[in-house]
Parts: sequence; structure tokens; C-alpha cells
Amino acid sequence: MWSDVTQRATAPAPDARDPQQRKAANVTGFLQIEKLGKAYVPAKPVFADVSFTLDKGEFVCIIGHSGCGKTTILNVLAGLDTATSGNVIMDGREVSGPSLDRGVVFQSHALMPWLTVRQNIAFAVKSRWPEWKAAQVTAHVEKFVALVGLSPAIDKKPSQLSGGMKQRVGIARAFSIQPKMLLLDEPFGALDALTRGTIQDELMTIVRQTQQTVFMITHDVDEAILLADRILLMSNGNETPEGYRPGGIAEVVVNPLPRERTRASLHHLDGYYSLRNHIVDFLVTRAKAH
Amino acid sequence: MNPAKNLNLRAGLLSVLIFLTLLGIWYIATAPSGAAGGSTAGMTAEQIEYAKMMGKDPSAPKSGGFPTLGEMGTTVWSHLSNPFYDNGPNDKGIAIQLAHSLGRVALGFGLACLVAIPLGFVIGMSPLLRRAFDPFIQVLKPISPLAWMPLALYTIKDSSISGIFVIFICSVWPMLVNTAFGVASVKREWLNVSATLEVNPLRKAFLVILPAAAPTILTGMRISMGIAWLVIVAAEMLVGGTGIGYFVWNEWNNLSLTNVIFAIVVIGLVGMLLDLAFGQLQKVVTYVE
Repeated sequence: MWSDVTQRATAPAPDARDPQQRKAANVTGFLQIEKLGKAYVPAKPVFADVSFTLDKGEFVCIIGHSGCGKTTILNVLAGLDTATSGNVIMDGREVSGPSLDRGVVFQSHALMPWLTVRQNIAFAVKSRWPEWKAAQVTAHVEKFVALVGLSPAIDKKPSQLSGGMKQRVGIARAFSIQPKMLLLDEPFGALDALTRGTIQDELMTIVRQTQQTVFMITHDVDEAILLADRILLMSNGNETPEGYRPGGIAEVVVNPLPRERTRASLHHLDGYYSLRNHIVDFLVTRAKAH
Repeated sequence: MNPAKNLNLRAGLLSVLIFLTLLGIWYIATAPSGAAGGSTAGMTAEQIEYAKMMGKDPSAPKSGGFPTLGEMGTTVWSHLSNPFYDNGPNDKGIAIQLAHSLGRVALGFGLACLVAIPLGFVIGMSPLLRRAFDPFIQVLKPISPLAWMPLALYTIKDSSISGIFVIFICSVWPMLVNTAFGVASVKREWLNVSATLEVNPLRKAFLVILPAAAPTILTGMRISMGIAWLVIVAAEMLVGGTGIGYFVWNEWNNLSLTNVIFAIVVIGLVGMLLDLAFGQLQKVVTYVE
């Protein structure tokens, strides 16, 4: 992409960082990812030795170029894919398959087009609590539809909704099962900038209210800075003179900005630009795009 | 008036015009030709008497053989005015014959649904079974359903049930192939959603895969119904007894072309109605993404 080879060679070593971008030293997290690796060709794993932890109530974003394996990591966390090596432990238990404990918001919203908004969320709610009575399900569904501001459209089919509204339904569906943590696979990637901003605000409000633990993939640096408590910077696997080096987490950046930040005032905060420049520099010079 | 409505109206008018033109052509083509043949001029009384004895009455109006529009109208009216009469094995009203045919189609088609849709589901879900069944489907699919008839008659020993079997065998393949295809091409993301929601297999089959594949399954059913209606006429000509196909063959033996033509039109109309019904069903299950 835009990265230039000579620049990458002279890029500063990962250790030379200013104090605000220190590595988080939490080892007893709610979610632990240990030495995760995925290889389609055994000699050339896409990524290897990926280890990090998430604390309860923490919002973590992962940023990196296409092909670095972000989505694979998320799918492994969701239980939809399996890693070649390493393991994932959530709340003291190994993750070995999909579970209602981890709600997923898919990039393509993944709503069932033959069901209305109400039925789509009710499908999730009934899966979570099969013993619930109809009235209970209805009340629960309506509460979560209201949470994303879609009450007027509750009986519409997804095809009658805009892209932003569909993604809101996807978010409401993930929250409605009240999972222990949320996994978001680039949920706003397909949305225009204005809609994206609005839904980012909404998501942040809901996450702060519900104290939800979130792991999110994004391509958008500002989105990561706005939402995340920590940002994982991921590099692609690449050929070096010393041989193939698999992709992995190159750096963990702790967001130093106050948690009460808003999208409107974000760029006025002290430290915003140095943080943003640091991440953009990483993407441009060190992440190695294919 | 909006343009679409206007277009429909004009198309309708044109259809009526084409229909009237066809009737006009028929009328002219079968109109009695006065000059040719039927003249007694230049014949002695003995010659006329002889011709009558030989069944060639020269004074009778000469007929081309093909029924005229008037004769056709009389036949249509007599069938429609009394469609339910039953005067024994070889003389039943058109509605009774149709009911027999539709009953056989419904039974054969229904049985085919019961077999093809669940089997198609299983084949669509399992790549192993899909490959294992594929050669059988590919060989059995192109066989003309009537080729099964002797085997069916020999093993079942009942002509009516053999007819139903033939309908069954011709309806099975399009439904099977379409169901398997529809199930196999359900979007990965919907399956992922049900996986993360820990939906049990039965609920997943009925609430996710079935509605997702329903438009494709319905397409298969619609094709099957079309084929079944084509085949029932031929099958009934072969096995005889009752049904619209038998009616056509019987009236051919009676050399009653008006009845044959009437039956042909009825077969076309019923086939169209069946197709329309499945078209409506298809609309119900189709979803917009």
C-alpha cells in the first residue's frame, strides 16, 4: 500500500516509545489469549505467538492491515474458527466453540432477511432463554430495540432499513443476549462517515452503561482512539532477510485520554495527536501491508 | 392512469384481439365450401342411389373433417353445463375426469415432497452425502418417467397406483436437486449467527435453513408440478380408466375432435392455474436481502 520499504527499515524499534504508550502488564485478565497462532501453510503461519488479556469492562480495539489475521483472531474468540496453536481462556474456562457468553456483531450485520427487526432479536432472545414466556421475550426485545433508537422500525424487515439501522439491529441483537463479552468485527466498516459517528457514540454510551467487555476490530484510527481503552497494533506476516516472520501483536497502546471523551471534543484533548500519529506511523511504516 | 396500468390494459386488449383473430382463422378455414364436391349435377338417379349405398351421399354437405367453430361451441357448452355427470366407465363429466387427474398428481407430488425435501436437506447439509448421491441423481434424473411404467405395472399390479408412482418419480428430481442446492448455499453468516447463539440443530434447520432455502425449494416444487402435469396426461393415456389423459384418448377413439380440443384447452388452463398457485407461494417465501 502506501508504506515504503526504506522507511520501514529505518523505523524505530518497538521499545523506543514514549511513556504513555506502555505495554499493559495485566496477566490475570477476564479473557486470556495465550500464544495463539494460525497457519494455513505450516511453514508460514499468518500470525503466531499472539498473547493478550482483556479485563472485565475493558474496551479493546485491534488495528492492522487486511490479511494480518484480525478477523481470524476474532473468529477464534467467537468459537467459529480454530487456531493452529495456543488457547483462549475466558473466565477460567477454555473457549472451544461458539457460546452465548460471547455476543458477536458481524461486519455484514448478518440479519435474517425474512424476519422483522423484532423477530430477529426475538430469535436471539429465545435462544438465550428458551424457557421465557412470549410476553417476557417481547418486553426484552422492545427494551433493546429502544436502546439503539429503532422502536419506530421494530416491525420492518431488514431490507426496508438503511445500512446504519441494520447495523444497529445487529448491535441490539448482540446486547440482547446479555453476553459476558462482545466481539465486534469491524461493525462500521460499510457505513458512511456521518452514520458511523452517530453509531459510535451510541455504542460507547451503551457499553459505558452496561460495563460490557468489548473486543473490536477496526480500520479506523479515530474510531479506535474514541472507543478503546487499549489498542492492539497488529503487523502482517512478512519476508525479512532473516526469513519469514509471522504476523502478530507488535505493540499494545494504552489510551491515555479521559474515559469521558466524546467524538466532538476528541481532537481537542491533550495527547490526541501524539497518540494518533503514533498509530498512523505504525500502520504506515511498521505494519507492512500486502 | 399510471403508465403500468395503461400498459396492462393495452396488453389485455391485444390478447383479446389475438384470440379473436385465431378464432376468425379457424372459422374461415372450416367454413363449408359450397362449390366443391357435394353436387349431384350430371348424375343419374341410379348413380346417386349407388353413391348413397357406398356411404358417399353426394347431397349431404361436404365436411373437411375438422370441427367448425359452431360444433366446438356446442361441445364446450355441453361440458360446462353439466361437468359432474357419470354415465358409467366411458362417459364421465369433465370435472370428474379432472378430479381424478388432479388427485393422482396431488398424491404423487405430495409423496415426492415427503421424500425429496427431507432427503434434499440432508444431501445439502452433508458434502459427503452430496457426492455419494450425485451419480444416482444424475443417472435417474434424465429418465423419461413413462419408461418406469412397465416396471411399475409389473411390481405394483395396479394401473392407478402405477400412474401415481410415475408422477412421484418425475416430481422427485427437480425438488431434490433444488432443495439440496438451496440448503447448501445458505449464507455462512446466518449459520454463524445461529452457531454463536447456540441454536440447537432442529431449531436451526426449521428457523434458519428452511426459510433461507425456501425460495429455491419452491422453485424446485414449481418445476416438479409443471412436469407432473405434463406427465399425468401421457400416463393416463397409457393406463386408461379415468382422468383427463384417458378422456383425450377415449375421445380420439370416438373420433370426437371437438372433445379432444376442449380437453386440450382444459389441460392448458389447469396447468396455468397450478403454476400461478405455486408462483403465489413462491412470492410468500421470497425475501429481499
